[in-house]
Amino acid sequence: MSYELSHLDALEAESLFILREVVAELERPVLLFSGGKDSAVMLHLATKAFAPAPLPFPLMHVDTGHNFPEVLAFRDARVEALGARLVVASVQEAIDAGRVVEETGPRASRNRAQTVPLLEAIEHHRFDAVFGGARRDEEKARAKERVFSLRDEFGQWEPKHQRPELWSLYNGRHRPGEHLRIFPLSNWTELDVWRYVAREGLALPSLYFSHRREVFRRDGLWMAASPHLPLLPGETVSTASVRFRTVGDMTCTACVESTAASVEEVLAELVASRVTERGASRADDRFSETAMEDRKREGYF
Amino acid sequence: MELLRFATAGAVDDGKSTLIGRLLHDTRSILEDQLAAVERTRRARGDEYVNLALLLDGLRAEREQGITIDVAHRYFATARRQFILADTPGHLQYTRNMVTGASTADLALILVDARKGLQEQTRRHAFLASLLRVPHLVLCVNKMDLVGFDEAVFEAIREEFRRFSMKLEVTDLTFIPVCALDGDNVARRSERMPWYQGATLLHHLEHVHIASARDLIHVRFPVQGVIRPMSTRLPDYRAYTGQLLGGVLRPGDEVLVLPSGLTTRVRALELAGRSLPEAFPPMSLSVQLEDALDVGRGDMLSRPGNPPRVGQDLDAMVCWLSEARTLEAGARLALKLTTRAARTVVKRLHYRLDVNTLHRDEDGARLACNDIGRVTLRTTVPLLYDEYRRNRHTGSFILIDEATNATVGAGMINGPAL
Repeated sequence: MSYELSHLDALEAESLFILREVVAELERPVLLFSGGKDSAVMLHLATKAFAPAPLPFPLMHVDTGHNFPEVLAFRDARVEALGARLVVASVQEAIDAGRVVEETGPRASRNRAQTVPLLEAIEHHRFDAVFGGARRDEEKARAKERVFSLRDEFGQWEPKHQRPELWSLYNGRHRPGEHLRIFPLSNWTELDVWRYVAREGLALPSLYFSHRREVFRRDGLWMAASPHLPLLPGETVSTASVRFRTVGDMTCTACVESTAASVEEVLAELVASRVTERGASRADDRFSETAMEDRKREGYF
Repeated sequence: MELLRFATAGAVDDGKSTLIGRLLHDTRSILEDQLAAVERTRRARGDEYVNLALLLDGLRAEREQGITIDVAHRYFATARRQFILADTPGHLQYTRNMVTGASTADLALILVDARKGLQEQTRRHAFLASLLRVPHLVLCVNKMDLVGFDEAVFEAIREEFRRFSMKLEVTDLTFIPVCALDGDNVARRSERMPWYQGATLLHHLEHVHIASARDLIHVRFPVQGVIRPMSTRLPDYRAYTGQLLGGVLRPGDEVLVLPSGLTTRVRALELAGRSLPEAFPPMSLSVQLEDALDVGRGDMLSRPGNPPRVGQDLDAMVCWLSEARTLEAGARLALKLTTRAARTVVKRLHYRLDVNTLHRDEDGARLACNDIGRVTLRTTVPLLYDEYRRNRHTGSFILIDEATNATVGAGMINGPAL
């Protein structure tokens, strides 16, 4: 017996440890569940961390009102199967109540608008720890974020004043009104997530697999045709065989041409891919090199 | 496939970013849109060369000032191994960042410019790697092209470092001559240095034996929490969660619970409700015990024959991480060691260590940010620990300022206070 842990087992062990530290040290955790693959893996890890007991915290979804229907259906099915409690923070309600001013124009997105209802829900429910599925390999600003990441009373992230994080000794202390964002998947890559989905036999929304869809080309990306995305002059809708590499708001999530219909085929496609996940599918990070950092400072995921 | 965590350190301008860029490039880990983004920035700035550091420097302040502020993590893989690279900046907050990156590293990679030889920073980085007990150290002698690929230059640096490192506790030391710019001995063997018979850097990273650093003898299981479903289906179920930090544990094993000192046996080991025939580090699992004992977070399970130390008076090395306050004798702080929380008072600051000369300044009355010193601590409750040299996980702690909640110190236990 060699007693060597495979890299997926080592990542899983680290994530389980993080989830359990939070439940032991913080009072009111919540897990952000968008229905995307990363949050599906995080939710699966959470059920493993506390089995055979039920999940010791609720789930929260920030609903932009522009979600893919397949994702909402997947979200509800998972919540029901686990008997979990779901908190929905609605961007539409925040807009209707005048707390958020919606972006206008053909390129308007509700991506940034999610921050307001997210912070309102954290304050309203007095959550002190918010699990997010973000990974450091996704984006440069995220590569520098801690596993336990403090947010001040305004929900803001201050990258230059992060607490040093050594060994696996996480510091969950905070003042009333502050909260921590917790990233159990910090050290996972996109490929690790898919390998884990394959190994554990996890279900994912059908969007992640090849399907026929009406799409149009914008800024070099394939966007799904929808009433939320008015066409610009010169843009035309066609039907293509596509899949999504990330799942977010319809207005800022692009798809890629693909024939990968199973987890194994997606894995094969990813190994050969020469473009990152965000580069292939996120319109929101293309405006500036520090778009993610700027959103995160405001309190974004 | 195994996971290797490594940390890189180097002096300013020794080509560290180039070497990392080369490693990522030659393992096909830099993707087209990332290169395009770096190229866009190059054009916007009017730089002559693509600066691969821009792949790593993600924060606005870093990009504006052209410096690395914080530890950056990069992920890449080969067919043999998955790698997590903690890249620690050489200039600002060097000690704090290097200590952070090295704390979880299996291997530390230090760069030397072949033209300059060992620098003050090289010695400092090597010392920090040995203080943090990173099991494997690699010294890459870079820019060999600028010294005509001369074996004598490499040998002189190797000899000087070997003599210096005898003062340190370095268990495994490897020297590799490279030219990061062209990739010589990074992922492919250099034809320009036929005198070098050793492995390339990537080959070494793929094959270095990392499991040897784990302790498979002394069982160490700090309890994280208790799982009690209290349901009609499982009315009496009770299991203790945690990550195994040492030893091999099997059902039926006799275990000692500390600090209570009671013994019992392991009834079952589980992962996600499924039973395990055995457990080894660094697995996260839950443990059911035969007897209903009072066991809670911060307690530790071990084998009765080789328990951890139990005590309230510690002799430790502390790296001070705070710019806001200094550390002096009499300071009161919160302490976290494995899953156990305590309060502590600094009884004595023995000396401040000069990380460049290894000189002990015994007149030093305080530790400022990035200083390292030796202290005696007294804690409010007994701690369950090992010497850091025996187990990096049960021998390390952090210090927290109770007023600001900031993490202000990192500690490594030498043993009980003298």
